[in-house]
Amino acid sequence: MSRFNIKTLGVVALILSTPVAAGPRDALLTQYAAAAKVATPAFSGFSAARGKTLHSQNFAGGKADTPACGSCHGNDPRAAGRTRSGKAIEAMAVSATPTRYLDPAKVEKWFRRNCNEVLGRACTPREKGDWLTYMTQL
Amino acid sequence: MNLSYRPLLLGISVLAFSAAVLAGGNHYFAPVADPVVLEECGSCHMAYAPSMLPARSWKRMMGDLGKHFGDDASVDTQTAARIERYLVANAADTGGRQYAGKLLRGVAPDNAPLRITELPKWLREHREVSAREWRHKEVRGKANCVACHSEAARGYYDD
Repeated sequence: MSRFNIKTLGVVALILSTPVAAGPRDALLTQYAAAAKVATPAFSGFSAARGKTLHSQNFAGGKADTPACGSCHGNDPRAAGRTRSGKAIEAMAVSATPTRYLDPAKVEKWFRRNCNEVLGRACTPREKGDWLTYMTQL
Repeated sequence: MNLSYRPLLLGISVLAFSAAVLAGGNHYFAPVADPVVLEECGSCHMAYAPSMLPARSWKRMMGDLGKHFGDDASVDTQTAARIERYLVANAADTGGRQYAGKLLRGVAPDNAPLRITELPKWLREHREVSAREWRHKEVRGKANCVACHSEAARGYYDD
């Protein structure tokens, strides 16, 4: 009986010691970090500050009517944005919209489309990770 | 009037009424019911009812999602196939015919319009809306049906 308890305790301890089964958001960040490390071996982690800069700066390479993320999302990620056709976009910050970034395919789809339209190129894994870090920490 | 004609007349008027309703006189366009279509076609703009364009228009549109009215709206091939199947099956000249009514009147059979807002019937229905109203900050153009038709997402486009 006591042996059984110790065994159970061991299993529970093992489960608790494993990093909390990272949700889809953490899985994405891990994936972007690995890719960033390959691209730049000196890569040392994502930065919410760089993500904030990326979100708010204007780019010249993309479409003229969408020079920045804020062109549609607005400048405050905690507030709703609006598409050019008038439809509301839920706030991008996880603190405001907790259901964000739980579907990796959806995240990648929008990075693909929007980076192309705003920056005129694909975003790098570091840029994606920085931006996602900003949105999750905000 | 001979009494025996009465049931016949009643029957005819009921039929005529149903025909008027089925012909789209009530401004009802069944909304998108497929969750994937709703998600993919409803992110940037309202997911427009498939019965608002003919099947040939939807096929043409799905053939060039990378340049969708100037925007990149591309999706993976499997998703694209599912969306196209749904739109084509419920188009104004296929399964959605009863909602489309006279919407395709004046559209040549070899013409595959991409903009609902360029259909002659649409233009006629909206001729009283001024340029200033289209520019209103809550409207922002002709793509935003819901700004004026508050029940559009449920399929109702009454004034």
